[in-house]
Amino acid sequence: MRLIDETALADIALGSTVLGSGGGGDPYVGMLLAREAIRRHGPVPLVDVDEVPDDANIVFIAGLGAPGVLVEKLPRENEYAGVLGELERFTGKTYSYVCPAEAGGFNGITPFATAAVTGVPVIDADGMGRAFPELQLVTPTLYGGRSTPLAMLDEHGNAMYLTSETNVWSESYVRAAVVASGAHAAVAVYPMTGAEAKQRLVRNAITLAEDLGRAIREARAAHTSPVEAVLAKQRGVLLFTGKVEEVERRNEGGWTVGKAHMSGLDDDRGHRMTVHFQNEHLAAERDGRVIATTPDLIMTMEIDSGEPIPAEEIRYGYRVAVVGLPCDPHWRTEAGIRIAGPRHFGYDLDYRPVEEMSR
Amino acid sequence: MPLRIGIDVGGTNTDAVVLDGRRVVIAAKAPTSQDVTSGILTALTGVLHAVDADEVASVFIGTTHFINAIAQGRELGRVAAVRLATPPQSLLPMIDWPDRLRRVVDGGVYVCAGGAQFDGSPLNELDEAGLRGTARQIAASGVRHVALSSIFSTVNPEPEIRAEEILREELPEASITRSTLIGRAGLLERESATILNAALLDLAGRVIDGLEDVVAGAGISAPVLLSQNDGTVMTLDRARRFPIFTIASGPTNSMRGAALLTGIDHGVVVDVGGTTSDVGVIQHGFPRESTVAMSLAGVRSNFRIPDVLSLALGGGTHVAEDGATVGPESVGLDITREARVFGGDTLTFTDIAVAAGAAPIGDPAAVSDVPADTVRRALDIASDRLVRAIDKAKLTSAEIPVIVVGGGGPLLNAVPRLGDVIIPEHADVANAVGAAFAEAGGEIDRVYALEGTTRAAALESAKAEAIARAVDAGADPEAVRITDAEDVPLTHLPGGGAVHIRVKAAGPFRTLVAIPEGH
Repeated sequence: MRLIDETALADIALGSTVLGSGGGGDPYVGMLLAREAIRRHGPVPLVDVDEVPDDANIVFIAGLGAPGVLVEKLPRENEYAGVLGELERFTGKTYSYVCPAEAGGFNGITPFATAAVTGVPVIDADGMGRAFPELQLVTPTLYGGRSTPLAMLDEHGNAMYLTSETNVWSESYVRAAVVASGAHAAVAVYPMTGAEAKQRLVRNAITLAEDLGRAIREARAAHTSPVEAVLAKQRGVLLFTGKVEEVERRNEGGWTVGKAHMSGLDDDRGHRMTVHFQNEHLAAERDGRVIATTPDLIMTMEIDSGEPIPAEEIRYGYRVAVVGLPCDPHWRTEAGIRIAGPRHFGYDLDYRPVEEMSR
Repeated sequence: MPLRIGIDVGGTNTDAVVLDGRRVVIAAKAPTSQDVTSGILTALTGVLHAVDADEVASVFIGTTHFINAIAQGRELGRVAAVRLATPPQSLLPMIDWPDRLRRVVDGGVYVCAGGAQFDGSPLNELDEAGLRGTARQIAASGVRHVALSSIFSTVNPEPEIRAEEILREELPEASITRSTLIGRAGLLERESATILNAALLDLAGRVIDGLEDVVAGAGISAPVLLSQNDGTVMTLDRARRFPIFTIASGPTNSMRGAALLTGIDHGVVVDVGGTTSDVGVIQHGFPRESTVAMSLAGVRSNFRIPDVLSLALGGGTHVAEDGATVGPESVGLDITREARVFGGDTLTFTDIAVAAGAAPIGDPAAVSDVPADTVRRALDIASDRLVRAIDKAKLTSAEIPVIVVGGGGPLLNAVPRLGDVIIPEHADVANAVGAAFAEAGGEIDRVYALEGTTRAAALESAKAEAIARAVDAGADPEAVRITDAEDVPLTHLPGGGAVHIRVKAAGPFRTLVAIPEGH
């Protein structure tokens, strides 16, 4: 167990932007939300999954919606503190730990806001090792874990309780409700026991985000390349270096969807890159050939500062490195590729690991 | 032959140059005055004796006065921030500001029900009664500037526009800055820029009144234009309402000036001023821009501004008697009284450089007693900082030229290990030269109905129109280019959807008779 204070939060926020793989929502906003909660209620304990008793009840806390919405319609503590109580009221159980569903993006941080207010610890793990746009795309799904009972709370005070037959059904219902709420709501989802968590979750995901954030910060301080530091840390591949020429982006169906088109710089001069996104980056296409796909992580980072740039922020004229990072081994299984691979998102392609595909 | 005048109002000096094409005809320098204008008058007088005021076709002014006011928390108005959203809010306006600045500017934060959803539909019905109550509280608090923001006002500005009407009724004496006119998507950043704009309005009014008087008083009837953050210019009337658009123009002007004075299009530029050295990079003759979340005096912004690293090392920077510490304090404006070479008692970086023989400034004899060890230590510290900043600014390890400009530029002659640096003639007035070469811009900011057309076609048409506007404003059709383009789909509007397109084009002035976009 260790305490997460404001400095650690800043590193986690930076690193979780990389793990967000273009989506997950702006961790800066999540960091402010958690920071305010920590300032008022004190630091939050972060525990290793092995410290959690097998019979303890735990649950993911996450915000659902379009990242492009989150930077305007700013999250409120009310919903992130309140959603846990809504689930407890619904199930009659007490949840003694919270955990991020995704260590990538805004949702890598939101459990800290819930934890600071309610006094429960956060578990150093997540259900993705990255961010994904749909509720069923978590490692517990691979082991038969159920997303419901779940509770959802929006800023208008609407609460929804849901039980459903499959995780895909609950994604459909929750997505419809999120659109009705204005494309952002807090959920407490995938209730599970400590024993289940030990089998099903991606361990040390928050520590990984913190390490990546620290690697970027230290590379900047040492005047070395933060992009190289991230590639070295995660055995990643530099997919492209270029300048953004056009961004197509819309908030649709509860997601931020579109493409970013780039023209090459340096060694990539004369070549083109298109990054496709649905909240997260799903595919990277170089000169018409796809060279990386989900579930591997595709991230754009500012060339010099290494500042990770999510899909909702990328703009005309930005000079970016497009990096591909291998996903957690949970996803490189047959079941993982079936639910989170390129075909799930409508790309008629076989998944191949980024380190082979980009060659 | 038509001439142009470039004026740079810096934190320490006000410079004026007269240019005939790219040739510097004459340059003059005066200390920046607290009221800004008397410094300009002195500098202008210094150049006008050599040329005929009737031959001046345009006057370009760049100033760091507004960003300095923010950085130092001086001469700022108090601002009431009003947000239309769902109360209560957790992430309030100014939540991520430095305390020092917030204490000066924060004139109360108010949240009223209102705002829009991402698709433009209402988020909450506008709480008009609540807003009138807020207005009464603002009136009672004595705050006279309001920054108004509304969630998704970039998609649907109507709630913000209606709220402005109500606030004007209730607060007829107050200024109201509406966030949609200042910034783009990203509520905290847009709001911060809106609040800073409101805080600068009184100062902007005073400074611009003074500018008009002083230029007219000098017998110049040519148009007067102010540099903007993006390297284009605006009229003084627009600058009165939107001073925030000038605050990052200083680095743009100094880097453009460095490129113009040397003819070098790719390089690192070090601008040595009285308080800081700013290190940036030019590519293709223009400053490299920052990407996300650049800080303006510690406040996050999503403006497009040059990527500059500021070191606390300038001519007025304090140096300890033993040379073991350099800065960060500076005597700033008072260098001509406080520095030893000017007869003062404070050991400054200027004194160290003069003692090392960099340049004959003031009275070199006044620093002959500074111990050699002190000089060596201080110069080593300065060298470490500069070498590191220059390395960081370079894109690659390849050798690219380092151009030094600014009033303190010659001081770097004494600094070891910098390699070959280029200090061009007139380096001390590079900002004023850069200001005089600001560009003409054209902008399109409009909603396009997509009935019978496509987003791509609408974007192309907007780009063509922005280019035409830039050309109308005086840009050379051969050199005009698109500098920014973005579009936001508006799915809530009937008729097959619509798209909000913002495109900017810019190019160098074709002739010197500048008639900028009329708003």
